[in-house]
Amino acid sequence: MSDLSPARLQVMWNRLLAVVEEQGQTLIRAAFSPIVRECGDISAGIFDIQGRMLAQAVTGTPGHINTMAEAVKTLRERFPVRNMAPGDIYLTNDPWLASGHLNDFLLMMPAFKDGRVVGFTSCTSHLVDLGGLGMGPEGSDIYDEGLLIPPCKLVERGEVNALLLDIVKANSREPIANEGDIYALIACCESGAARLVTMMEDFGLDDLNDLADHIIDTSRRGTLAAIAEVPEGVYRNVLTVDGYENELDLHATLTVTKDRLHLDFSGTSGCSKKGINVPLNYATAYSVFAMRCIIGPDIPNNAGSLEPFEVTGPAGCILNAQRPAPVAMRHTLGQMTPDLVLGCLSQALPDRVPAEGASCMYDLPMRHTPEAVHNGGRRFAVELVHNGGTGARPMADGLSATAYPSGVFGSQVEMTEAVAPVTIWRRELLPDSGGAGRFRGGLGQRIEITSAVGEPFLVFLSVERLRNAAKGRAGGLCGAPGRIRVTGRDADIAGKCELRVEPGERLIFDTPGGGGFGDPGGRDPAALAQDVACGLISDHAAAALYGAKA
Amino acid sequence: MQQSLRLAVDIGGTFTDTVLIEDADRIVASTKTLTTHQNPADGAIEGVRRALSASDRGLGEVTGFIHGTTLATNALIEKRGARVVTVTTEGFRDILEIGYERRYSQYDINLRKADLLVGRDRSLTIRERMSADGQVLIPLDEGAIPDLVAQIDAAGAEAIAICLLHSYANPLHEQRLREAIASARPGLSISISSEVSPEAREFDRLCTTLANAYIQPLMARYLSAFEARFAVEGLACPILMMTAGGGMTTVRTAAAFPIRLVESGPAGGAILAARIASECGLENVLSFDMGGTTAKLCLIDGGSPQTSRAFEIARAARFIKGSGMPVRIPVIEMIEIGAGGGSIAAIDRLGRLTVGPQSAGSEPGPVAFGRGGTQPTVSDADIVLGYIRPETFAEGQFTIDPAPAAATLAETLGERLSTGAPGAADGVSRIVDENMASAARMHAVESGKDLGARTMIAFGGNGPLHACRVARAAGISRILIPANPGVGSAVGFLFAPVSYEIVRSRYSLLETLDLGGINALLSGMVAEATGVVRQGAPAADTAVGRTAFMRYHGQGHEIEIPLPDRDLQPDDIGPLTTAFETAYSRQFSRPVPGMSIEILNWSVRVATRAEAPAASSAEPPESTLAPDSKRTIICDLSGKPRDAAFVPRENLAPGSRITGPALIAEPQTTTFVGADFTARVDARGNLVLTRDRIGG
Repeated sequence: MSDLSPARLQVMWNRLLAVVEEQGQTLIRAAFSPIVRECGDISAGIFDIQGRMLAQAVTGTPGHINTMAEAVKTLRERFPVRNMAPGDIYLTNDPWLASGHLNDFLLMMPAFKDGRVVGFTSCTSHLVDLGGLGMGPEGSDIYDEGLLIPPCKLVERGEVNALLLDIVKANSREPIANEGDIYALIACCESGAARLVTMMEDFGLDDLNDLADHIIDTSRRGTLAAIAEVPEGVYRNVLTVDGYENELDLHATLTVTKDRLHLDFSGTSGCSKKGINVPLNYATAYSVFAMRCIIGPDIPNNAGSLEPFEVTGPAGCILNAQRPAPVAMRHTLGQMTPDLVLGCLSQALPDRVPAEGASCMYDLPMRHTPEAVHNGGRRFAVELVHNGGTGARPMADGLSATAYPSGVFGSQVEMTEAVAPVTIWRRELLPDSGGAGRFRGGLGQRIEITSAVGEPFLVFLSVERLRNAAKGRAGGLCGAPGRIRVTGRDADIAGKCELRVEPGERLIFDTPGGGGFGDPGGRDPAALAQDVACGLISDHAAAALYGAKA
Repeated sequence: MQQSLRLAVDIGGTFTDTVLIEDADRIVASTKTLTTHQNPADGAIEGVRRALSASDRGLGEVTGFIHGTTLATNALIEKRGARVVTVTTEGFRDILEIGYERRYSQYDINLRKADLLVGRDRSLTIRERMSADGQVLIPLDEGAIPDLVAQIDAAGAEAIAICLLHSYANPLHEQRLREAIASARPGLSISISSEVSPEAREFDRLCTTLANAYIQPLMARYLSAFEARFAVEGLACPILMMTAGGGMTTVRTAAAFPIRLVESGPAGGAILAARIASECGLENVLSFDMGGTTAKLCLIDGGSPQTSRAFEIARAARFIKGSGMPVRIPVIEMIEIGAGGGSIAAIDRLGRLTVGPQSAGSEPGPVAFGRGGTQPTVSDADIVLGYIRPETFAEGQFTIDPAPAAATLAETLGERLSTGAPGAADGVSRIVDENMASAARMHAVESGKDLGARTMIAFGGNGPLHACRVARAAGISRILIPANPGVGSAVGFLFAPVSYEIVRSRYSLLETLDLGGINALLSGMVAEATGVVRQGAPAADTAVGRTAFMRYHGQGHEIEIPLPDRDLQPDDIGPLTTAFETAYSRQFSRPVPGMSIEILNWSVRVATRAEAPAASSAEPPESTLAPDSKRTIICDLSGKPRDAAFVPRENLAPGSRITGPALIAEPQTTTFVGADFTARVDARGNLVLTRDRIGG
């Protein structure tokens, strides 16, 4: 019998957290998808025999929080434990079960010790291409978007289902990368299970029950203590977003009781005809992420810390899209839900919640035109990721050109130009784009791109905040909205479309600025003078918005 | 070798270590003196005098002098460098502020980004533009240079960092701009990115260049003063500087590229561990250097420490990856963990026991040191557990008092954990050891390597004390503790080659490699690196290592593939493809046939050839030592009191064998032999600890 003193349980908990981080690293290193490499768009978790999540890797994007926990529960119910054998691995990419769109593959593997299932490991990763219309909002239903694999057994007693793998490859523009990614996921599950069992041997554990109870109880207690600091009440917020065919209203009602936060999306607009719809599991992930940034951010994600957060929404609203709605670009609006939720929380905790930010990343997949294939033009595909400013914090300025809520890395100009025939002529902060306030919103940036080889190229846009700027709080002003232009064209470019840039044309896009916090008149004069000296705030804006004397 | 007598001086934050060595590896004297921050050369002179007089030698007899210093690192940490102005390509003024557009901590709404030393008001631009393949798209705007110089004057610049887009592919504009600014303002220190760090990724290259510019004036002054001082004292041989890459370079190169001196002290420790690994025929090693505030770990395979081309300085959140300033230079790859003797233990909001990364350092230090420390530390726990003995600690320079340490542990931790001082101390030890083991495992995973089969080589003030406990948690069952573990880094300096490494970017696909272009690139790099090495070792035999960093197209992780030391031929492509696929399979269990292989970075390392260590002599016959003395400790396995053998290390001879638990004491540290370990002294005097029983 193992010694289960608090300090020893703590050591085991630390080991479990280390195991999931190692699992996550294994996956990131072997992944082929740039979004995985640059953004850590993966997840890895460990679950007890009941399917309760005990530890989850802290990775680059919040889109997997809860989704993985829910997916494992579903798979566990679908496949009885008594039928599981060592070496079995289960799989699905169903957006409503896994992580919101087809590209995310979720695997689950039982861990066996002494012939018995003692727990599960699970991981999720973003695959490069699943066929259909490809990554973009143009699909009219889920069938346009590619191959959906219902829950099934990918590996049986260590033997990979060859037919299934062939089907995935035959339905993809990137079969080799997909195969590589699937093997990376399998390796991740296997190493996680092996490390879990090693850890149990090291500590002399026959089951995870006592450890699981300790982790979950401790985390729940800590989360409840953090919730107790939030004044009870009902807080409502509406966020208007650009949408695809028309603007949309996202509604949230946050009900805070002494041991629970319940968020409901009633009142939210219905689905779009195009692929910006969001399954509820994904909207939940980003919403809970936002709440956890404010409430108990130091408590690891597990069944105990997540349990007090509940998210609901009427079926068919755009944050609870139902089959067969197209959902490929679910992150465009998914990334807006934190601003929606923080708008509720700021009423309860005005001194702890930042202003709205650019939020939606400016993810710009670019590629050659179809005719380039025939006329000998250069073929390429590259995905630029850039960001606007974050909202000002109650005690600090927002961060300029910085990702939030996602954790993406911005692309480096030299790397982009090395692999794709484009030239980037400017990438600079945009003066006056940060919302004015006692604390200023983060600035957006201006990026200018042309073809480097005198050929047209395509850009696939699905971005937000061109028409609805990030709002300030507590008297702070809005950040600048984003803007997309092509030189020589009269009209601005819409935020969601397929854009063709001709030789000689220059694509100019401005990412949005974050909102300000507090009355601009209250800004520290030294900070204002520094901003003016650095050219972040123009003389004109200093006088007009901040009341600076010339 | 002809009668050589060499000195190594390692100036650290607290102590200056000096080692005097005769011939290849006979240590004749070692000293520890206090670092004299006002003028570090004073402490160095003091240490050198002591070492020489202890062995009755004169400075004039010294044939080699190797110096390493934390001055460059400290100037960056303490922000004591020059006022730098950066010059970048027009349209790219905000490379620094924009960076990777990333937060280093996902949930921290209030995070602050790293201070990158140069604000937007000192970020200037000039009209010019190169393409990715080094073609001039816009010529350098010569007409704008006078105005640029006026802006440089207005900003009060003491040093300039020039980083123009794609200058690694064509340095022409950077060189011309340097020339123009230097002729207008001859006194200014100017660093250009195509020389400091010619790698693609503008943010990293600019950070490296400006960090170099920031410390360049200070380090140039320091080095020339240090050299002059020792010349006056009678030193007749040239001084060589230890670099972060684990090689030595001339004072002249060091003064031009002082960024290469950052973190050179820890590199010395890794070099020592690598040397011992070669001597003992150990293929796979983990070096473990634990001091007062941090622990440093390095993977060593085939006698070579793992290397990297980048690290981070000036982190906003210490120990959090991505929170600092990237520096791209060749370095020995090490992870640093906030775990040392001074690391503070606490109970967090959830009631969890945590240790570090906050440290009580040496001031106020652990509670038991009685210098004002009030928070329980790892050393306090080790004292309560009975592993640190007041009677032998630090050669009696300190008095330590276990009573207040026990009281503090009981009050601040024990009450919350429902245990007494020994239970709390046991918990602190387990948490901190698990943290270090986890960091080591994670590092191995990130490097695609395994930990379990490695031998740990432990040194530093706390390394030998925690080695067994960390090894056990990491699944390692063999540990080696060298002689003089307290001055390991300085000893390591004496085994370093004179070397120089250059990494340069040129993007290529392996299948369509431009052989002529790559061959020209590599021979240029070989000539440049050889020139630098020749300055420090005019006549020595040198070895050239050429490397390509390959990856599958679309993947992020690069694998180093050695290239032949000659021009590449068309029929090399096949074997290189195979070499990559073999290396890839080793790390990821299978290759990905059909995927293209791409190369962005190329490196050349020129180094003097190391003398092979003497072959291991026969193992001495074992003799189990009957310890004459015992101490009561808290057992590291059961957590209960029990007796442990207590032996001064000087009483041990090759072949001596002691069963754990045991304490082996020496002037600067104590080796704790865990209850499931056995210690043995090998023919070279190393302590070899083996975990040979489960339980204990």
